[in-house]
Amino acid sequence: MASEAHGAEGGGLVFHPMDQFIVKPLFGDGPVAWYTPTNVTLWMGITILAVIALLVLSTSKRAIVPSRGQSVAEMAYGFIYKMLEDVTGKEGVKYFPYVMTLFMFIVLANFLGLIPMAFTTTSHIAVTAVLAVLVFLSVTILGFIKNGVSFLGLFWVSAAPLPLRPILAVIEIISYFVRPVSHSIRLAGNMMAGHAVIKVFAGFAAIAAISPLSVVAITAMYGLEVLVAFIQAYVFIILTCVYLKDALHPHH
Amino acid sequence: MATETHEAAGEGLADAVGVAAHSADAAPGMPQLDFGTFPNQIFWLAVTLVVIYLVLSRVALPRIAAILAERAGTITNDLAAAEDLKAKAVEAEEAYNKALADARAEATRIAAATRAEIQADLDDAIAKADAEIAEKAAESEKAIADIRAGALAAVEEVAKDTAAELVAALGGKSDAAAIDGAVGARVKG
Repeated sequence: MASEAHGAEGGGLVFHPMDQFIVKPLFGDGPVAWYTPTNVTLWMGITILAVIALLVLSTSKRAIVPSRGQSVAEMAYGFIYKMLEDVTGKEGVKYFPYVMTLFMFIVLANFLGLIPMAFTTTSHIAVTAVLAVLVFLSVTILGFIKNGVSFLGLFWVSAAPLPLRPILAVIEIISYFVRPVSHSIRLAGNMMAGHAVIKVFAGFAAIAAISPLSVVAITAMYGLEVLVAFIQAYVFIILTCVYLKDALHPHH
Repeated sequence: MATETHEAAGEGLADAVGVAAHSADAAPGMPQLDFGTFPNQIFWLAVTLVVIYLVLSRVALPRIAAILAERAGTITNDLAAAEDLKAKAVEAEEAYNKALADARAEATRIAAATRAEIQADLDDAIAKADAEIAEKAAESEKAIADIRAGALAAVEEVAKDTAAELVAALGGKSDAAAIDGAVGARVKG
């Protein structure tokens, strides 16, 4: 009783805000091997279905005057295409399917994670780290393929005075290797924090006196999370575009 | 509550957000840091990304690109067609205005011709009427002259008769020739 910090009434106040992130097997209760179908599998599968519904089924009529669903698909296409073209120029456009894949996966996983009782795949550092490392590796390899050794010019700030350049080069190299870390933790951290906070507020709803406040807080947080779900996907993709631009045009 | 234990005490983030972690299993506070589930997540993520990539690059993106291109083409065509129709409309308007001007000129010409014709007819009729009037006037003048001559003769005769009677009444013997001469001289005077 003394350990109950929040002074629960009667039944006690039980917080499990992180339980929603536990990876569980879908069938049975065994260990989680690499191939086990888990809730990760389920929600990634639902994400795939959502992508297909949004981009394939809604455009099946190929209407000149689009339906609502087709408009959304065209807007998503135009949004990412324009962003990629604006940031990387014409040369970057051929990587559009790759960028679009990342965007559709992240934005739909984020939104699907907002459904009550859902599992948010993008709240896991394992998932976002893979995404970020994919971007990091492909951009680095692409940079060397496109520019050869002169890709290293990215770290040599020729605009700075000569004595400063080695120091700047060290900073540039560190910042380059920190990119995938910040890239992945930003997304996972935002998703996890928002969901955990909503869950904490939901825990307070057990106390009758503050439950109305709790409901209001959950509603407000949910609205904020809807915004965050989109903005984090947008941020992830625009950073991907910026890194891609660095690989295509490494000189400052 | 005695059951609300703090097994998770000291676990980083779980406690940082003021949380009593699960008492049932000894899983770490953050499921995100349960490295045992990493291979599972990474495997399914790889599957998901490959599937989405294939769906997008094979079906969805070419289709949307085709739709957008088709729409752009349709809009361009429609604009060209509209431009065409507009030119045609201007042309038609010009033709209409020309026809209108022609018709107006024709109407003016016909009106002038008709007016001239009517004027000629009118002039003819007036001339004819004038001639008739002149003829009638001449005829009338002759008749008046005849009548006047007749009247003068009648006056002379009445005067002669009256003079003869007067002479007879006064007891004289009327001399026809003398009376005639005297009356004639008086009447003429």
